[in-house]
Amino acid sequence: MADTAKVLVVTSGKGGVGKTTSTAALGAALAQAGQKVVVVDFDVGLRNLDLVLGAERRVVFDLINVVQGVAKLSQALIRDKRLETLWLLPASQTRDKDALTEQGVASVIKELRSKFDWVICDSPAGIERGATLAMRFADTAIIVTNPEVSSVRDSDRIIGLLDSKTERAEKGLRIEKHVLITRFDTQRASRGEMLTVEDVLDILSTPLLGIIPESEEVLRASNVGSPVTLCNELSAPARAYTDAARRLMGNQIPMTVPTDRKGLFDRLFGRRAA
Amino acid sequence: MNVLNFFRSRRSAPVARERLQILLSHERAARGQRGQRDLLALLREEILAAIAKHVTVENDNVQVQMDHGETVSTLEIDIEIPHSAGMLLAAGS
Repeated sequence: MADTAKVLVVTSGKGGVGKTTSTAALGAALAQAGQKVVVVDFDVGLRNLDLVLGAERRVVFDLINVVQGVAKLSQALIRDKRLETLWLLPASQTRDKDALTEQGVASVIKELRSKFDWVICDSPAGIERGATLAMRFADTAIIVTNPEVSSVRDSDRIIGLLDSKTERAEKGLRIEKHVLITRFDTQRASRGEMLTVEDVLDILSTPLLGIIPESEEVLRASNVGSPVTLCNELSAPARAYTDAARRLMGNQIPMTVPTDRKGLFDRLFGRRAA
Repeated sequence: MNVLNFFRSRRSAPVARERLQILLSHERAARGQRGQRDLLALLREEILAAIAKHVTVENDNVQVQMDHGETVSTLEIDIEIPHSAGMLLAAGS
């Protein structure tokens, strides 16, 4: 297992574009496909991955405790209650971000590599220490981008960092990069009101992992503390994340933008699903 | 609001695309990023380096403009070379 483990970083530069939602959904989708997955929250001081996964009341030890040797990795890992191959390593809510050291993170990642098929690091926003540490030991980066100017600009900046500040880049190796477009609205893009998928890929010159449509299901899932791929497997964002996870596993899946099917009542009255 | 305004206000994505392309070509150049990600930025740097070998030019006297089009991009470099620098070059060669 150690030889094939893959370390992913889910990053974006800009906040609020869907890094944590995407980390939870991709982690769950990979676990649903039978892979052994750990999702690691690097957002020290502002942890949220535990909340999105519905594990907020089960956190005892965290990443910083492990880095500082206060707790063993096995004590800090939380197993998901629904998926037995999905685990969470939470961030600390109280410590400051300087408590993370590069050597400490290196040894935790090394240990996780030996235990899991996938190690998915949820990066904090920004380009500071927390973000550079989250990407530092990654083999593959997923750059979460909204079809919106400030998000695309920040993604470009992050791509520059991935190509210079990661361990692989420093060794002269290639770091695999994929763009994951979130909150996409096909109709608005086709009307010229929103950047198209082609616009974003053309500007960032980076291959596409998937297109997640704007959907009410994403908020519904986070409200109840469930990854969107588990909360409603048939919803449009769940299908889009599941396809993206399959692509990560090396499968060839045609690129589509799934849509939510609305009932007759919703369509007639334009009522929003609650 | 007339009909023209209605359509103009809706199709804002091409504006976003163009603004991003111009902005990012400048930001990438400023970061000194190499490789095929931005050929124009690389050309700009190398052309300026080549000129600097022969003539001393002040940074303030260099205007660089880059534009990305659908099928072609243009790189416009406007350099003011002082007469004294030009004469030095003529005498040297």
